Amino acid sequence: MQGKQAFYSGTNDYIASEELQNSVNVAAALGRPLLIKGEPGTGKTMLAQSISEGLGKRLLIWNIKSTTKAKDGLYVYDTVQRLYDSQFGDHDVSDISQYIKLGKLGEAFQSEQQVVLLIDEIDKADIEFPNDLLWELDIMSFDIPETGETVQARHRPIVIITSNAEKELPDAFLRRCIFHYIAFPDSPMMAEIVRVHYPDLQQKLVNQAIEAFYWIRSIGSLQKKPSTSELLDWVQALAIGGVSPDQLTGELPFLGVLLKKDRDFEHILRQLHNQGPQKKTSGAGFRRSW
Amino acid sequence: MKEMDGKARYRKEKTAMFIDFFYLLRSYGVPVSITEWMTLTESLSRGMAQSSLTGFYYLARAVLVKSETHFDRYDMAFAHYFNDIETPVELTEKVLQWLENALPPRQISPGERQQFQNWDLDELRRQLEQRLEEQTEEHHGGDTWVGTGGTSRFGHSGYHPAGIRIDGEGINQSAVQVAAQRNFQGFRTDRTIGVRQFEIALRKLRQLSSKYEGPREELEMDETIKKTGEKAGLLHLVWTRGRKNLVKVALVMDSGGSMLPYMNICSQLFTAMNRSSHFKDLRFLYFHNCVYQHIYTDPSCRMDSAIKTVDFLRMLEPDYKVIFLGDASMAPSELTMVDGSIDWSYSNDEPGITWLKRIAGHFDHAVWLNPIPAKFWDRTTGSYTISMIRQVFPMYELSVEDLEEAIKKLKARRW
Repeated sequence: MQGKQAFYSGTNDYIASEELQNSVNVAAALGRPLLIKGEPGTGKTMLAQSISEGLGKRLLIWNIKSTTKAKDGLYVYDTVQRLYDSQFGDHDVSDISQYIKLGKLGEAFQSEQQVVLLIDEIDKADIEFPNDLLWELDIMSFDIPETGETVQARHRPIVIITSNAEKELPDAFLRRCIFHYIAFPDSPMMAEIVRVHYPDLQQKLVNQAIEAFYWIRSIGSLQKKPSTSELLDWVQALAIGGVSPDQLTGELPFLGVLLKKDRDFEHILRQLHNQGPQKKTSGAGFRRSW
Repeated sequence: MKEMDGKARYRKEKTAMFIDFFYLLRSYGVPVSITEWMTLTESLSRGMAQSSLTGFYYLARAVLVKSETHFDRYDMAFAHYFNDIETPVELTEKVLQWLENALPPRQISPGERQQFQNWDLDELRRQLEQRLEEQTEEHHGGDTWVGTGGTSRFGHSGYHPAGIRIDGEGINQSAVQVAAQRNFQGFRTDRTIGVRQFEIALRKLRQLSSKYEGPREELEMDETIKKTGEKAGLLHLVWTRGRKNLVKVALVMDSGGSMLPYMNICSQLFTAMNRSSHFKDLRFLYFHNCVYQHIYTDPSCRMDSAIKTVDFLRMLEPDYKVIFLGDASMAPSELTMVDGSIDWSYSNDEPGITWLKRIAGHFDHAVWLNPIPAKFWDRTTGSYTISMIRQVFPMYELSVEDLEEAIKKLKARRW
């Protein structure tokens, strides 16, 4: 859209694969929304923060809930406030525009500088929600019929949309997006991620923890597999609890940080009793099972 | 001048080359649209592929492929197009992928069937292996290559893959099972094109209920505040009908073996029903080929999940909307005879059709959805029983369009 395009290449606290960097840059250059999918805890939401930081642009977050309507993102007409004001007669209520509050998308359009707009967990909303946004995202403007005003984007925002694949997104919407699937990080990548978050931790502890973490993930029948954020919490818990790396080969302290379901917890303890991570990993490497 | 010609030709060739890739992707089952293709062209013209094949690989994937479940197909198409840069995936895996994109089952005339009558399993395997060696890409609708919807479907047997018992059952069986399992897996990885469409169709069942039921007697707070606010404080009351949804639905499914090939589409409907949270009540019940004096709460249809059909009718008021889901294909005796049930250990003292009529008589609204496409109803092996059941229930093909028709039927008073 305008002149020189800044390039995103990850930030200090967020490791983005080259693929992901490319996707971000392509989406930004083409002015298309970037749709991010991936397992929970792969840093989908963090990505937007990192982009905003990396490109030095303001971040606007629009959290989607099951009741969110597409129009909420454009503007809300605060009729209740107007009603109050009219009761006391100390305001001029004839000017409707003072009761129009822009939503996140509206804010992004009006911003003086280009912003990064995160539409978080779009699949939480009603299944027609994405379709209702198509027009506004395409032409980057919308009307406010109450005031007859048109909000036109000054700068096309960099739109990042995350989805947990709870609902299928409509095809018409998908066609307009750039798509990126964040694969679950492999262990070297994971080590890097942990290092970025806790640079001072003992390397051996981190390695052992990661090994145990992938062992747990490789066990098929878990109800909820631990994700990156849980590993980070766990590593920290281990460090604070003063657990030594060697301890981790036979037992898994603070397991509750990793596993949130009772059944999984018992399942892992039983597995640990039977084989444990130390017996299994010889030469087998890290196997991921989806 | 000459140089210009050359350039123009070069450009033309280049475009043409990429258009091949577009069609190749589509033939591999990656649903690429023209919009996306134009986006790719635009990004290429702006040099975003960084003049490298790897760059192009990621760029094209990000722009063209919108689901991680299609990544594998994209990879295969890419490797195929760019001269097998990578060794292809294991063959069997590939074949299963092809079978996943099934065309509707093809019907075979008795004459054609004759040709395959004498094939034994070994011969079949040998043929299949040979085919696999020669075949390099996905193929549908033909008569030679391994694919779907052709006479070659399900390991080349060429029979109607419904598992309806015709000669050569053994041949059909194994491949049908494999393909059906595969379909089910595909469904579980969220590859559900149909679910969303079913969901949308099912919504129509919601609107009906609130439209007809009850007077406007609830104060709609939000609207009242909004309208009053808009009038700057002049009170404006907005009334609405109660928001309770009165639609109650019972989905009664055939879980018999002949339904196996339709597992994919049936589970799509099942998922869509399950996700449709707008019903007041939703029951799932099962039967095997036909309903007799018992109906089951579990697809295994064992006695420990059985409830008496009369109790079922007592439990559910006539205003339940009943949707039967089954191929309605069975031996006529299963429908017309005492003790005609497919399960030999099960004895029914009244013929199945009597039970079906009883159920149809109890409920105000009932329809039958059949996964066999309607145009085959008078030609399949089960045509006799299909026509009998059609006299009892209005029957619709299990497709998005027909589901909408069925829902219309469910909201109207029955004949």
